[in-house]
Amino acid sequence: MSLTGILTQLLGVAVAVVLAPLFLGWVNQCRAWLSNRSAPPLTQPYRLIRKLLHKDAVIADSASPLFRVVPYILFGAMVTAAAIIPSLGTNLPFAVAADAIALVGLFATARVFISLAAMDIGTAFGSMGARREMMVGFLAEPALLMVVFTASLICGSTALPTIADTLAGRSLAIYPSLAFAGVAFLMVLLAENARIPIDNPSTHLELTMIHEAMVLEYSARHLALIEWTSALKLFNYVCIGFALFLPWGLARGEENPLALLWALPLLVLKLLLAGAGLALIETVSAKLRIFRAPEFLAMAFMLAVLGLLVRLLLGS
Amino acid sequence: MRPQLQQLQPKLIPGAFPARWLTVPVEQWVHTAESLREADGHLLALWGADERDRGTDFAIYAAVLKPSRLLVLELRVPALAPVFPSLTPVFPSAGRMERAVYDLLGVRAEGGDTRHWLRHAAWPQEEFPLRRDFAAGRQFPAMQEAYPFVRVEGDGVHEIAVGPVHAGIIEPGHFRFSVVGEKLLRLEERLGYAHKGIEKRFEQMSLIDGQRLAARVSGDSAVAYSWAYCMALEGLCGFTPSPRALYLRGLLLERERLANHLGDLGALGNDTGLAFGLSQFSRLKEDLLRLNAVAFSARYPMDFVVPGGVAGNVSVDSQRRLLEQCTALEREIGDLRDIYDEHAGMQDRFTGCGRVEPLLARKLGLMGLAARASGQARDLRNDVAIPPYDRLSVKTAVRVEGDVAARVAVRFDEALESLRLCRKILQELPEGPTHTPLPDTRAEAFGVGLVEGWRGPVFVALEAGPDGTVRRCHPHDCSWQNWPVLEHAVIGNIVPDFPLINKSFNLSYSGQDL
Repeated sequence: MSLTGILTQLLGVAVAVVLAPLFLGWVNQCRAWLSNRSAPPLTQPYRLIRKLLHKDAVIADSASPLFRVVPYILFGAMVTAAAIIPSLGTNLPFAVAADAIALVGLFATARVFISLAAMDIGTAFGSMGARREMMVGFLAEPALLMVVFTASLICGSTALPTIADTLAGRSLAIYPSLAFAGVAFLMVLLAENARIPIDNPSTHLELTMIHEAMVLEYSARHLALIEWTSALKLFNYVCIGFALFLPWGLARGEENPLALLWALPLLVLKLLLAGAGLALIETVSAKLRIFRAPEFLAMAFMLAVLGLLVRLLLGS
Repeated sequence: MRPQLQQLQPKLIPGAFPARWLTVPVEQWVHTAESLREADGHLLALWGADERDRGTDFAIYAAVLKPSRLLVLELRVPALAPVFPSLTPVFPSAGRMERAVYDLLGVRAEGGDTRHWLRHAAWPQEEFPLRRDFAAGRQFPAMQEAYPFVRVEGDGVHEIAVGPVHAGIIEPGHFRFSVVGEKLLRLEERLGYAHKGIEKRFEQMSLIDGQRLAARVSGDSAVAYSWAYCMALEGLCGFTPSPRALYLRGLLLERERLANHLGDLGALGNDTGLAFGLSQFSRLKEDLLRLNAVAFSARYPMDFVVPGGVAGNVSVDSQRRLLEQCTALEREIGDLRDIYDEHAGMQDRFTGCGRVEPLLARKLGLMGLAARASGQARDLRNDVAIPPYDRLSVKTAVRVEGDVAARVAVRFDEALESLRLCRKILQELPEGPTHTPLPDTRAEAFGVGLVEGWRGPVFVALEAGPDGTVRRCHPHDCSWQNWPVLEHAVIGNIVPDFPLINKSFNLSYSGQDL
């Protein structure tokens, strides 16, 4: 374990935790601009978190201890995920402990806990949100796994840093299999992060909510952590996307730690573009009727499988 | 033997709206309603009054709207046995109105639902606020009372209780859904949270001041309510406003319709996740409201329509700007309509959602905009074209599908038609005075006002007391008729589509809670 490795590791996690709300702020800003509204400041998510941290928490009488600890578990899970996703460099000593399949498992664990917490109070909204989340989750997970498998077939490894390192090292060429997987991944990203067309993060209509319905009972510091976790999850997903499909600019292997200095502005540039693209998709789409969500995710799964088959059968 | 209607002699109610009055003996009450229904009559309103101070006990009134005129039925109910036969079997929409009559007046409709409707334990069960011996302003200790909702039994059926406090800033109402998974089996509404004793308050006001309260019954229909109130008051003193005043009232009513339709179209877009629609339509609505502020000195002109005419005039400059705005809005609404019509995701949400078949709409007495989206071509601006509408020949927008898409389409059609009407009114605006003082009123004179508001018919029944006071005033919103139909519209739909269906009706809470 080299000093560079530890530095990359720590910097990666710190950047993820700090930049995640900023990225969400950027997406929101783009969404506002695209619908001709004046945008909230870029730092709005930080202000929200700060405001929530200053409030007193209100907890339902029927809440079990699980309800209180879940926000910490969720936040912990997302920070752990950030540690195994190569966002700045591929030299991640910690990533040896978990590969991409474990990463999908980590997301699933977070989902189980947030659903349990949602049902804990016993309100109709909590369980309604939880069962919708489970429906989306069990369809999105296989699609995500298929995307990962396609990339690992190309690189011969399921460890994300290795995949990113291999892909970044090759000369620029378009892999048809990765193109299919890329579209599938984008669809999974939208579904898993409660974005339009599956869920609407800015709705106030409680009957239409998925993610928001699950966290309706949370307040103050718990809600702050959950909001932060959501931002971090989106950031993580976007960074997985970068590692699989746009790995260029990462500090590779045992390179000079100075390479990290280049990697950071490049990451910011990629995030700016990704955020604008995400906002564009959300602006032009209407939310799907909830029973269309399985069709949407089945499409993602099919595309991912197609990518896998293209790789297996055609080798491209 | 079936009693004949002709045996009873209807009296004429003077006023702009063709209306008659009929005192019905109790044994003919239900039969009369039945024959009116068979003659294509719809129940418009049902209310009661305490007449014990005149020695004639309680009175129950039912206003039935036949296609081209109004008939007000009066029934005398003895104070010692305050019950009357329910009209719910004839007109399903009477149910909630009869429950409200009991809560406020203590006169029970026999054979109907006996649960409370407007009374939420805010006053004791044995007190009835609209009785004349009940002093307004009395305070009672807070109480809690359970409300027996209808339970749906079955495998996997569970309830979702929503409101009265919602996640967004909207009016209070409770919705109890019985669902299996995401499928809606039954919706039961509970309203009345916004009850503020408007009818009792009217009785402490003068006839002239009453307009100010009427305008505030339901804020989004301020012009419609104040016009209906003024129509009733002007009718009972035998007064006709000047043509210019009537044209200006028409202009304001059409602009109120426009503002609400623009707001709703944006909100409907937003409810499908298309925030773009909301921001565009909000911008157009804001333009409209700002010009209202310039031309009529108020964004929402609540006190522009006053007894005797209108309070204000339109300058030549405002007239030009209002005309220019019509042209600009027409173009922009057209552009946005193309986007709405061609957006596949949005149309997928709208089409087939929350359907009310024309037959059901007719049976349940659906009214106004929602009824026109379900094939009921009824529009008072056309059916009973009172001035200024007699010169404007309004085109009624009708769709037969009865789903959210149809209600959106009717809104688009009506918004464009309102723009045409505004332009015509502005071009043909007659010269002359805008306000003339009202003559003195006669005590016990009775008047009615009926206006096609943006949501549907807005009705005011007004009785004058001595010295220019209000003896009894009953404002009625067509939301009374349409709320129960919403319960039917959602059956078989999925839970997350309810907000969209609800928004496509956009009914008034305040107007029905009174």
